[in-house]
Amino acid sequence: MKPVNQKAWWLILPVVLCVAFSAVLPLMTVVNYSVQDIISPERRVFVGTEWFAAVLRDPDLHAALLRQVIYSVCVLLVEVPLGIALALSMPAKGWRSSLVLVTVAMSLLIPWNVVGTIWQIFGRTDIGLLGATLVKMGVDYNYAGHAGDAWATVLLMDVWHWTPLVALLCFAGLRAIPDAYYQAARIDGASKLAVFRFIQLPKLRDVLMIAVLLRFMDSFMIYTEPFVLTGGGPGNATTFLSQYLTQKAVGQFDLGPAAAFSLIYFLLILLLCFVLYQWMQRVGHEQGQDPMPDGANG
Amino acid sequence: MPHVHPSCSLTDVARIDLDLAHSYAANPQRDTDYALRPMKMSFEDGGAYALLGPSGCGKTTMLNIISGLLAPSQGTVRFNGVEVTLRSPQDRNIAQVFQFPVVYDTMTVAENLAFPLRNRGVASARIAARVGQIAELLDLNPQLDRRAAGLSADAKQRISLGRGLVREDVSAVLFDEPLTVIDPQLKWQLRRKLKQIHAELKLTLIYVTHDQVEALTFADQIVVMMQGRAVQTGSASELYERPAHPFVGYFIGSPGMNFLPARAEAMSDAWTIAEQRVTVDEAMRSASGSEQQFTLGVRPEYVAIAQPHAAGAICAQVTQVQDIGTYLLLSARVGEGEHSAIVRARLHAESTTPAIGEQVWLSVVNAQSCVYVDDRLTERVEAAAR
Repeated sequence: MKPVNQKAWWLILPVVLCVAFSAVLPLMTVVNYSVQDIISPERRVFVGTEWFAAVLRDPDLHAALLRQVIYSVCVLLVEVPLGIALALSMPAKGWRSSLVLVTVAMSLLIPWNVVGTIWQIFGRTDIGLLGATLVKMGVDYNYAGHAGDAWATVLLMDVWHWTPLVALLCFAGLRAIPDAYYQAARIDGASKLAVFRFIQLPKLRDVLMIAVLLRFMDSFMIYTEPFVLTGGGPGNATTFLSQYLTQKAVGQFDLGPAAAFSLIYFLLILLLCFVLYQWMQRVGHEQGQDPMPDGANG
Repeated sequence: MPHVHPSCSLTDVARIDLDLAHSYAANPQRDTDYALRPMKMSFEDGGAYALLGPSGCGKTTMLNIISGLLAPSQGTVRFNGVEVTLRSPQDRNIAQVFQFPVVYDTMTVAENLAFPLRNRGVASARIAARVGQIAELLDLNPQLDRRAAGLSADAKQRISLGRGLVREDVSAVLFDEPLTVIDPQLKWQLRRKLKQIHAELKLTLIYVTHDQVEALTFADQIVVMMQGRAVQTGSASELYERPAHPFVGYFIGSPGMNFLPARAEAMSDAWTIAEQRVTVDEAMRSASGSEQQFTLGVRPEYVAIAQPHAAGAICAQVTQVQDIGTYLLLSARVGEGEHSAIVRARLHAESTTPAIGEQVWLSVVNAQSCVYVDDRLTERVEAAAR
């Protein structure tokens, strides 16, 4: 047998170390906490899978999970179609295009907690533009008091903050469609709707997959904005999974259950992303993937 | 949505007349601002035409104007005398096939073929019948129920062709270099298929290409284009034997025509070709007329090795001999310094090969030579050609 040169291992060592310190070790700490009952810094007891069992039976967690799923589904249902519509209506070239691109991207540059603060003020019934206007119009709006209003405001805030991301991705996808497709559609007498249905939407499949995954993961882990805007209230109406976790870990200092919950949360996101990705891949496969890139244009 | 198209009134139309110019610039000042310089051009019903020319000569622009994807900046487009200049592609009875295959990824092959008919509200029984016919014609039957996206490039291009041919009201199909992405072997098959379709359906076909072999084998009439102008329209043999412009002689044929600077002298039985005195018979001399300076063009096929000092022959020095298999390609230098020119000759493979550096006499003035004055072919006395 020929001797194998093992030198290449040294080349990946930096990456292995980086990942070990940034991801694997912290995760292992969490695993460690999740199987112990930490009574005081000196006293800890091994409890096995007890915390996991307890967390999985927790009705508050079930409620938070349900809210979380409904929230993420709402986010996707609103932001993806809206983002596509926005991208379709954006000018394709010239200075107008640049101007619109910069304007649309603006909300993406704002830090999360600032977004929360902006909407907190925006929604206030005494001085906020949105809140005060609604109240003046006779709408009984109060995001701090009514669960429905809180939900609507948090959702609206997310739509305002993140729809531009979907729009920008779709805009890039649309620009990559060769002119010949539109010309062929004109020759074939296709309506605008048919052009969208049979050319634009199929060609946007790849960018939409990225957009959906990004928006799903982000919205499933949402924390800062509802924390700043509603603090999870009124009651538990906008307490999503992250918020619930923080309450447990930081608020009540239940490190064991919080660690078990973290692991479950992590696996849940991983699983859902995997399922989503597989499903979208298969949708693409049934439609037959293009073996040849269509970028070439004459 | 089913609605009656104005194109119905054009159903049997096929004669296309262009009298136009096009510029992509807003305010064309010079000739070079024009993608198509002012021109008149007619395409007859049922003809197979090729637009041949190098990249950027205006072929695709002309095609897009005919199909209605582009409105000419001035002038008119008429189908059988009816002006259609500003009509949209949907309203013209014309189909177009593009350089790169365009298929609707999410549809099956059958749905792709049916798409132009469905958009025009054709009854579904009629659609099924037409799709069947076209699939038969293009050998797409085995793949009819497959997704179009997964197919090979040539199958996709056949689908594009099929979408062009499926409409019954189509009287002209425009092709924009449709075989660029196809393997050479399949190219021949598809081109033969197109010829066959032309013979069966009697459609007007206009085919854009920069490949002279493709143009010569496909078309009855070839329009040679150069810098936004149509320099000659004619059959393959016309373009070959009598190029109207030196560009045509140079562009068609491999290698292209030889061109030599020449001068005619009054009261003399000879021309001066590349600074050599060459005796020329009277019929040939009449072609140059009284013009002093002109250009002599002769195809490499019609250059032959001649006896020293023979009439119509010039002396040249061999610079290269290439064996192309079926023939020898001889390159020889005529004259010296800035007046020198290279003459190429196609010789029989069996002929004795002159050595490099050797002096040879090449007959360049014969019945097949052409005389160009100011880049235009002069009329020749036909007797001289026979």
